[in-house]
Order: sequence, then structure tokens, then C-alpha cells
Amino acid sequence: MAMSDLQHPTPNTIAADGEDDRDQPLYKTRDKVYPKRVSGYFRNLKWFALIALLAIYWVVPWLRWDRGPTAPDQAVLIDMDLGRAYFFFIEIWPQEVYYITGLLILAAIGLFLATSLFGRIWCGYGCPQTVWTDLFMLVERHIQGDRNARVRLDKSKWTLEKIWKIGATHLAWVGIAMATGGAFVLYFNDAPTVIVDVFTGNASLAVYVTIASLTFSTYLLAGWGREQVCTYMCPWPRFQSAMLDDESLIVTYEDWRGETRGPIKRKNLVRGEVPETGHCIDCHACVNVCPTGIDIRDGLQMECIGCGLCIDACNEMMDKVGFPRDLVRFDSIQNTQLRAMGKATHTRIIRPRTIFYAVILTLVASVMMFGLLNRSVLELNVLRDRNPLFVRLSDGDVRNGYTIKVLNKEQATKTYALTVTGITPTQMQVIGLEPNQDGSFDLDVAPDRVGSFRVFISAAPDSLDGDATPFEFKVTDRKDANSITYDTVFAGPKTAH
Amino acid sequence: MPTNVEKDQVSGRETTGHEWDGIKELNTPLPSWWVYVFWVTIIWSVGYWVVYPSWPTATDYLKGTFGTTNRTQLHETMANVAAERAPYMERLAALDVSEVVNDPELLNFSMAGGKAIFADNCAPCHGTGGAGNPGFPSLQDDAWLWGGSLDAINETLHVGIRWDANEDTRLNDMPAFGRDGLLEREDISDVVQFVMGYSNRATDGDAAQRGAIVFEENCAACHGDNGKGIQELGAPNLTDAIWLYGGDQATLTDTVTNSRRGVMPAWGDRLDEETIKMLTVYVHSLGGGQ
Repeated sequence: MAMSDLQHPTPNTIAADGEDDRDQPLYKTRDKVYPKRVSGYFRNLKWFALIALLAIYWVVPWLRWDRGPTAPDQAVLIDMDLGRAYFFFIEIWPQEVYYITGLLILAAIGLFLATSLFGRIWCGYGCPQTVWTDLFMLVERHIQGDRNARVRLDKSKWTLEKIWKIGATHLAWVGIAMATGGAFVLYFNDAPTVIVDVFTGNASLAVYVTIASLTFSTYLLAGWGREQVCTYMCPWPRFQSAMLDDESLIVTYEDWRGETRGPIKRKNLVRGEVPETGHCIDCHACVNVCPTGIDIRDGLQMECIGCGLCIDACNEMMDKVGFPRDLVRFDSIQNTQLRAMGKATHTRIIRPRTIFYAVILTLVASVMMFGLLNRSVLELNVLRDRNPLFVRLSDGDVRNGYTIKVLNKEQATKTYALTVTGITPTQMQVIGLEPNQDGSFDLDVAPDRVGSFRVFISAAPDSLDGDATPFEFKVTDRKDANSITYDTVFAGPKTAH
Repeated sequence: MPTNVEKDQVSGRETTGHEWDGIKELNTPLPSWWVYVFWVTIIWSVGYWVVYPSWPTATDYLKGTFGTTNRTQLHETMANVAAERAPYMERLAALDVSEVVNDPELLNFSMAGGKAIFADNCAPCHGTGGAGNPGFPSLQDDAWLWGGSLDAINETLHVGIRWDANEDTRLNDMPAFGRDGLLEREDISDVVQFVMGYSNRATDGDAAQRGAIVFEENCAACHGDNGKGIQELGAPNLTDAIWLYGGDQATLTDTVTNSRRGVMPAWGDRLDEETIKMLTVYVHSLGGGQ
């Protein structure tokens, strides 16, 4: 390109006569996808996943789990106000959010492993976008009819019937979306209480805003966005190919057998015989059922969510025309090539890539399990006063102040004995408490709460080891002797030797 | 305008015509709705112009539908906070400070409030956390010029120290013995030695002995016969380890020669009763409260 062109790039979408001479415009209007109804093995799997996942979403908040009188009895609950997350027998405090991190790592590696084994089954079966879109399409088909009817309806003029059908579809969608948004807040509040509050207008603004925004996003993404979400918004399709190899099971088209494609009448053959042209009768059944509107015969593509509905559609046609099934099949690229060469296929589940993912998965899961099983029910944090580091008292002693926080993660009121070792205090005070005979203090902490105490310790300067004397606080459960220590220092003047 | 739709040799796809150092951008069409969203955000911004203060005019500015400003928002926030605090404030007003500390809820409220009030009003002199500065006493130690009980602290906060505008103010005046010619240099030197002797730091025994007489005649009236100070008069204890201005020979000589006259404002003239109660509770809790 000449320099002058570089410096003065010319807008080149509009031709001299004002017409666009591009093959493809800079912006593309959406080609609406009208997926056709299909039945078969993969469709049944997808129905099963849909029912199971939606049931989990809507039922789980109603499950109860008895934790005693001091904690909520909802099996799965995230209490934002108090900062507690409950999952059946697990309870997590905000400072244990690393469990959530671990869970996310598990989810990510699990996704990698599943993808390297079975391709994008998450996209095809598990992703909320897929599940809700599927549900919305089901509603749409019930009201407006199957593919051809919907195409006709969209092209037809606005009649009462069209208004009714389109209106009813959108109403049903909004209804589902509201139920979706409504169920989300159940995970963050006591479900039976908040549902009554929502309907009586007593719920908090946060609840209504959450329901409204999730209703809106569900309606928008599952009703209007659909495959556009996967193609344009989701980052996963862009890098999922990094997890795939030649042995990953994906939705493939056996082009060696299908091509040259052509209508059945031209194949001019006896049933069961291998035609001179390929098995693909070019019926477009696979394209018509595709929820993302692609042609699987173009090979593996970013838009394919790996749901396998095209396999069902193709098998139905193959059965009808009497060709062998699985022209489109759930198999690896390697096997397709092996079959093309007439060799025996083999599917290796265990291979370096899957071993690698499985090992990481096991490692992370083990670490998390270890953490969970050894989760302490008692924690101690000590904050030493830094302003000032120490206070000089009138009798020459040095005093340090500490704020100690005792985390009681059990559902019972606890009494802990507070003692210090490694230092000889001339006086130890806990604000608001009287010392015991042996100089220890009894700290009462409410169930599932943090107890905060102010502690003052005085010591004679000549008993100190320089300007920072290490020592430790210890709290011991009065009942079961469970104890924990915290290392800290006692600050004094530099000359105090 | 000439058009120049170029095809990429490798992919066979059209380029957008944009090129950077030989790197050409292939035309991968955006969905149209993406562009519509862009337009919607622009329309949305027009809504902002209408609702919120926006364009300047020759003399003023467009105020927006609801006349929202940060200042009115601040007032609203503050009013909300005041409304939330009101029940506590009422109880604070009704109770005596000694009763406040026995009510755990009010104690917590006062501690939190007192901390903020202290940072705003007291920290410049007494330091954050009340650690004190030379000339400004530490509020964390166990030495109090005017008393460290809740009532004494409350009173000091109300009337201030040597605050002329308040007639009940805490007041004492140590004479400037040297500057006003009340004592000779030698006498001052002797009495400083004597005072250092209280904490076994006298360097000249003879001088300290001579200083005992000077002390009895000039200082004991306020600081007491044994030098332990008299709290009612605000006279500090000279025998302990705490020195407001410093306990070394030079500083003590300076103090006796020129006197000291630290001042604290009478906060009763500036802050309301409830605020001072919160402050009292906080200061009392810092470690020295009696």
C-alpha cells in the first residue's frame, strides 16, 4: 500500500455510486434461528439435563437442614448480612472464602477435563444459557408451532392470531424469567419468609432489584439473545479448542462417507447398497434442528455447542432412507479418520491430557477436603496497638494494648480461658472482665460469633527483652480443652535491657 | 470516493481497510444489535442530561429534573444517619456517663462515635489514639493532671484548661520563677536537682539538699510536701516516671524558669452534651481511665 493511502485511509464501504460493494457488510443483522423439533438419544439426554438442573435450581432453597436454634435451618444459604455461607453440613465464614476459590478452581478444571473427554458438553447440556434457552424454545414451540409454522408466522401479516401467539409467548417467557429471578433471591434469604415478603411487598429493595434484573436478563438472554450469547458474549467458546485434541469426543460429520452429498433421488440405488455419491442426502435436517443455526457438515466450528441434536436428526433420516446411522456422530476426529481409511477405531479415555487434568482435579479436591475436615472451630486473632507502640506508666512500667478476637465457629456458647506465656506481666487487664484466681480471664463468646476483647498488659522494663519481647496468647475452651495460641510481641523502650 | 475493498491473500476474506504496520484487520462483522446497544447508551446519556445537572449556561447551569446535587445528597445521607442515631442519642442524653458505660449497647455506640469525634477534635494535639505529644498529655497512661474518672474527664472536656472564655475552666498558674525573678539561678539549679532526686536521678547531692528548702518554700504548696502533686489543683506528680514536658535537667530548668501554661479549649462551648459523653467514654477506655 502506498504511503499516501496509509496516511489517508479512505472509507471503503461505500462505492462511488453510493452502493456497498463488499461481499460482507461491516455489521451483520441476525439470521433468526428456527430450530426444528427432534427426538432421539441426545434430545432425551438434553431433556433429562434440563429437568434435573431446573429442578435443582428451584427446589434446593426449600431443603431444610437442622443446625440447632442458633443458626438458620436452610440447607443452602448465603447470609450476606451476617457473612455466613451454609451448604448442608458445611458452614463458611468470610475469611474462609478460599473454599469458594477452591470450588471455582475445581469447576474450571472439571470443565477442562470434561471438554477434553467429551467436547463441549457443558455448553450443550449444563450451561444455564443452554438450559433456559431450551426451556424458552419449548414454550415457543408449544404456542407458535414447529419450525415451519414459526417461519410462516414471522413472515405473515399482523393478525389477531399472530398478536395472540407472539404475545402469549413473550408473556410466558416473562413469567419463567420472573420465576427464575425470584428463585435466585431464595438462596440469599430464608426461602419461606422471603417469598411471603416478596408477595406482600415487605421484601427489601435489594431483593426486588435482584429479581427485576434477573428477570430482565433471563428474558433478554434466553428469549432474544440465545445463540448470540454463545457466539459473541461468552469467552469459553473462544478458547475451549485449547482443551480439545484429536481424541476428544465431539460432534463430527463423517465427510468421507457423506460426500459427495446430493438428493436421494439422484443416488439411484437399492436400499442398503453403498451409493456412488455419498450418504449425505443433503436434507438439511441437521441444520434445521441446530439451536445455533450452523451446518455441522462444515466441520468443527466455534458456534457448535456440542449438543448432538443434529445426530438425532440425521439418524432419523438415515433410518428412513436405509443408510447406516451415525453419519453425524459423537466421536473423535481421529476415529473419523481411521474409519475413512478402513481401520479399526479406538477411543482412549486415559491419555496424557486427561491424566493431567484428573491429577490436578484430585489434588485440588484433596487439598480442599483436607482443609474442610481439619477446619478449626476456634480461631484467635490478635491486633497489637501501634499508636502508641507502648505506654509508659507512672511507676515506670511499660504497658501494651491488644485487641483480641476469638472466633467461635460452633453453634454453642463457649467460655475460653485467656492466658499468656513468655512474659511476666505485672498486671493484666481485660476491659469489662475480672481476673480468675490464677490470673486467667474467662472470655464468653456467643455461638457462631466473634468475641472482641481489649487486653492491657503491663510489665517491668527490666523483665523485657529489648524493644520487642516475643510471647503468646492462648485461649483454651473451658469444656473440651481445645486450645489455640497466637504469637505476638510486647513492645518496650529500646534501652530496656 | 474511490473504493478499495481488499481481500486478504491467506484467508480470502475482505479486510476492513485498516492497517497497522502491515497488519491488516479482517472484516468479521459485528452483530447489528451491538451497534444498537452503542446508540442506546448515547440515548441513555441524554437522559442523564435531563435528570442530572449537566450543561453550563451563560450565568448558571442546567439543574436537572430533581435538582440533584452532591450537597443535597450529603444532607440526605446525614439526615438518615441522624435519624438512625436518634434513639441512641436520646438514651445518651437521659443517662449519666457512669450509667452509659454499664449499657453494653450504648457503650459500643459511644466507643465508635467517640473514636470519630476524637479524631476530628482531639487528635491534632493528643495524637491519634491519645498517645500524647510533648506538652500534650498522653491519655493512655495512668497519670492524670485533673483526674481520670469518668466524671473528671467529662468535666475537663466541658470547661477546658486555662480557657479564658469559660469561667469554670480548670485553672492553675505556675509562677515563672526565673523569668519573674522569684528565684535566683542557683536556687533553680538546686531545686531541679532536688526534684530529680525523687526519681533517684540527682547528679549533685549537695545541690539536691539545698534544693529541698527551696522546694518546701516555693513548690510544696501545689506539688505537695512529698512532691506527689495535688490533683484538685492540677499540680502534677513529680515523683513518677511520667513527664509532660520532659524530666531531664535542661527541660526541668526551663520549666521552673519560665513556667508552663498548656491550654485546652472548653469543648462544652462547641460540642453538644451527647457528643461529650461519647468522647468521655472513649477517652476513659483508652487505658488510663480510673
